[in-house]
Formats: sequence, structure tokens, C-alpha cells
Amino acid sequence: MKTKYSKPFVFLACLMPLGRLAWKAFNSALGANPIQVITWSTGTWTLVFLMVTLSITPVRRLTKQYWLIQYRRMLGLFAFFYGCLHFTTYIWLDQFFDLHSIGKDIVKRPFITVGFTAFVLMIPLALTSTKASIRRLGKRWVTLHRLIYATAILGVIHYYWLVKKDIRKPVIYAAILGTLFLYRILVWMIERVPAQTPAEKPSPKIAPGTVATK
Amino acid sequence: MLLKKSSDIRSSEITPEGIYFNRRKFLLGAGAIAGAALVAPKVERILMPSQPVLAGTKLDASKGSYSTSEKETPYNDITHYNNYYEFSTDKYEPADLAKNFNPRPWTIKVEGLVNKPKTFDIDSLLKMPLEERIYRMRCVEGWSMVIPWIGFPLSSLLNQVEPNSKAKFVEFTSLYDPKRFPGQQRSVLEWPYVEGLRMDEAMHPLTILAVGLYGDTLPNQDGAPVRLVVPWKYGFKGIKAIVKIKLVEREPVSAWTKAAPNEYGFYSNVNPNVDHPRWSQAKERRIGEFLKRPTLMYNGYGDQVASLYTGMDLKKNF
Repeated sequence: MKTKYSKPFVFLACLMPLGRLAWKAFNSALGANPIQVITWSTGTWTLVFLMVTLSITPVRRLTKQYWLIQYRRMLGLFAFFYGCLHFTTYIWLDQFFDLHSIGKDIVKRPFITVGFTAFVLMIPLALTSTKASIRRLGKRWVTLHRLIYATAILGVIHYYWLVKKDIRKPVIYAAILGTLFLYRILVWMIERVPAQTPAEKPSPKIAPGTVATK
Repeated sequence: MLLKKSSDIRSSEITPEGIYFNRRKFLLGAGAIAGAALVAPKVERILMPSQPVLAGTKLDASKGSYSTSEKETPYNDITHYNNYYEFSTDKYEPADLAKNFNPRPWTIKVEGLVNKPKTFDIDSLLKMPLEERIYRMRCVEGWSMVIPWIGFPLSSLLNQVEPNSKAKFVEFTSLYDPKRFPGQQRSVLEWPYVEGLRMDEAMHPLTILAVGLYGDTLPNQDGAPVRLVVPWKYGFKGIKAIVKIKLVEREPVSAWTKAAPNEYGFYSNVNPNVDHPRWSQAKERRIGEFLKRPTLMYNGYGDQVASLYTGMDLKKNF
């Protein structure tokens, strides 16, 4: 299943969406509104990579392919990479560094506010993705990296709020994200229940200093 | 064996220290310039797509007096970037999905508060005196085009049916036929598409029924066989594939207003000072241009139409 070539292979596969976009750009195949196509494509792939990153844990556990964990960081960083491209497209190609209108957009347009927040929340995750950071932060690393849940939720809301009427695609992303969350909630509930029952009898806990009235 | 001693380097050839230490910067700069020179024509091609390709049946039209002299958007862009939800919510799809749509036979019923209701056949409309009108078109989504329409003033059609004094508004209805309009098989909007104008807006000389584009009959994806064009309003007011025009007393509720009343009002006049609740309307991207340009009040037709709205609160009547 896994060879020494698989990592570079996955890496190149992750670059395909960008390659396809570049190929289309240089062959004038981006249609009437190229900047909009670039914005949509990079935004879509950010969401896709977020979903794929969040799928690693459930998939490796359900299929017992535990080695998949080795790809999670790379996929997460690709989500950040496409997020950077998406953000740069907006700042540069779409707004052309018009800081005044960018600032107004971020404050006034809820869909841009949430999109911008989703992007900003990815920055600390990318910065602490090194092995050294994982070692240094210990348990706090896990807590910090739960921010990806916030990014994914905000990313889907960003998409949902931006479409004019046809909400099919954002709803699909919401459904996928919902499923990924449901898995985690179920696991959390299952792991919690048997841990408690054999340890102690279900006696009502009374906090110190509390007087039982009845 | 004689080994030639290499000649000394003349001091004039020695690179000055400053330049020597900056050589990386210099290379970077040179590289950037060379790169930019290589890429520039490509970038221009990416941002200035497609050349005009013409098809359809030629129409005889005189040059209208209301045309703009701005550069026309290429035919290929006008016919491959269409908001036409009856075919698809994806702007790139109507061009292909409308290929087999047959806009014949076709009639338009004109009825309601009129003295002489009448059903017009599309071929009789094509025989009316036609004019070319090169208009700016500003979409509510923030992009714009310059489109050479061919058509006639809506007023010349309405005058034939003699609206009576009770008629205050005009209501337009599109074809409803889910077999021919695949987009109508889903209820993204309430079908059929309905639009409306106030009587004075409908009678305004800028308001036309368009039957052609770039000298030919209207392509299917642009609203064949006949559509409304009101250049000072957002593009969605330009209802396509019209089958019915009714003169009414009460303000009609248009399809987009029904779908989202807080986002799309009855008037929908282009106004850079009144934002869409979710995005700014201050600027627009002209298709084919890189930098956004400021959006003009009434899409630049203020001199002709501002008087229709004097004393009205445009923030309320958006």
C-alpha cells in the first residue's frame, strides 16, 4: 500500500488543482470572468482539503489504515496553501490592494468576515505544524489544533452566505462536515460511557460544603 | 614547458564593490523584469478573453441615438456568461444547454388594462423599425458588459394596445416550460419568472424590447426570441423569453423580490450608494478588464432617468 514514492505522489496530486488552473489560465480557458473563476476554484479547494484533512482520523480508524496519519499534516498544509491563494486572489486580483474597501468588506460583509476569520485561524496551525512545535506544545498542541473545526465551520458558512440562491453545493459541504462531526461526537460518547461505569458506583456526587436538604 | 601567465585584469574591469555585493539583488531585479516581460502578453490574454464569433440571422437596424461609444464586450463573452436560471444557475452553462431551444413559433400576449389587447407574433415584431442600442449592462453581482442590442422601444408596442388610465404598472412573464427549460424542474425561483416596471419607466425611450445582438437575432442563451432591456437597472430586471405583457394597477412582485425581498427590490436601479445586504455595489468589474471601475448612479443614465425618481428615498425604494 505504501511505498517511498507515495508521499511525493500525494504531494504532486495535491498540486493538481493549481496546475489545472494555471494551464487553463495560460490557454485562455478561464471564461469571461477569469478572476471570479480563480477565486471560486481556490476557495473550493481550500474547503475540499479541510474536509479531507478532517476525514483522516475517521477513515484510518474505520478502515484500520493507521499509517494514513502520516498524510494529515501535508493535507492540512495544502488547505492552508489554497486558503492563501484564495486570500491573495481576493486582495490582489479582485480588490487590487484597495485597503480601504478590503477593510470595509471585512467589517461590513458577514460572508467576508467569516471567511477572513476562517483564514486567520489557520495561520497558527500552519505555524505550529512542525515536529518541534508538536513536542514543545505537548497536550496544548492538540487543543490548539482543534481550531481546524472552527475554520471548517466558518468556511462552509462563508460559502453558504455568498451564493445568491442555489444553495446545493454549500449544503453538500455542510452535510459532509456534519457527518465528520457526528463521527467524533459518537466516538466521544462511546469512549466516555464504559470508562465511568466500572470505576465507581453511580452515587450522586455532592460537592464539598453542600448540605443535602432531602 | 612554458606556461603562459594569465594577464592581469585591468582595474577598469573590476566590478565595484557596491555592485559586487548587490549582485543577487541585481539578478533578482533583472529576473523579475525578464519574467514580467515574458508573462505580460499572457496575462493580457488571460484577462482579455475571446474574440467575437458571429452567428444567427442578420437583422436590419438603424443606429440608435442612445448608444454609448464604449468598447463593446466580445460576442463570445456575452453569449458564454449568462445568468439564465431557466437553464442553469451556473453562468457558464446556458450557452450549451440553450443550444436546442427553439424560439419558434412564439407569440407575446399583451393584455390587461388596455383598450386593444393583442397577441403579437415574433416575426411581426421583427418587422418593426429596429434600432441598434449599445448599452452598458450592470449585473447585481458586480460585473458589467457593453452590449450592442437590437430592438425597439417598449413604448411603441404598448402604444399599439392603448393602455387605459387605470394602468399604472407593466408586468412581464417568461415562458414556463420545464421540458424546454431544464432549470425550471427545480424550484430555485418561483416559476415562471416575473418582472415589472412602473408605467413611466416602461414608456421611457431608453427601455427597449431586444430581439437581436451584434447585428443578428438574439442567441437563445441571451433571452431569445425577445427580452426586456432597461439599462439603468440591474441586469436581472431584463426578463428573457417573454410570452406575456400585462398592464396592471398594482405593483407587480418580481421573481427575485419574491425570493429575497430584503435583497432585491422592485426598482433595482443601479446605485453605488445602496449596497446589496451582502456585498458592496460601489464598484464593478467590466468583463475583459482587470481593475474594477466605480459604478455610476443609474448606471450612467442619470441625465435621462433621474427625474423619474425625484423626491423618492432610494434607500427605501431599492
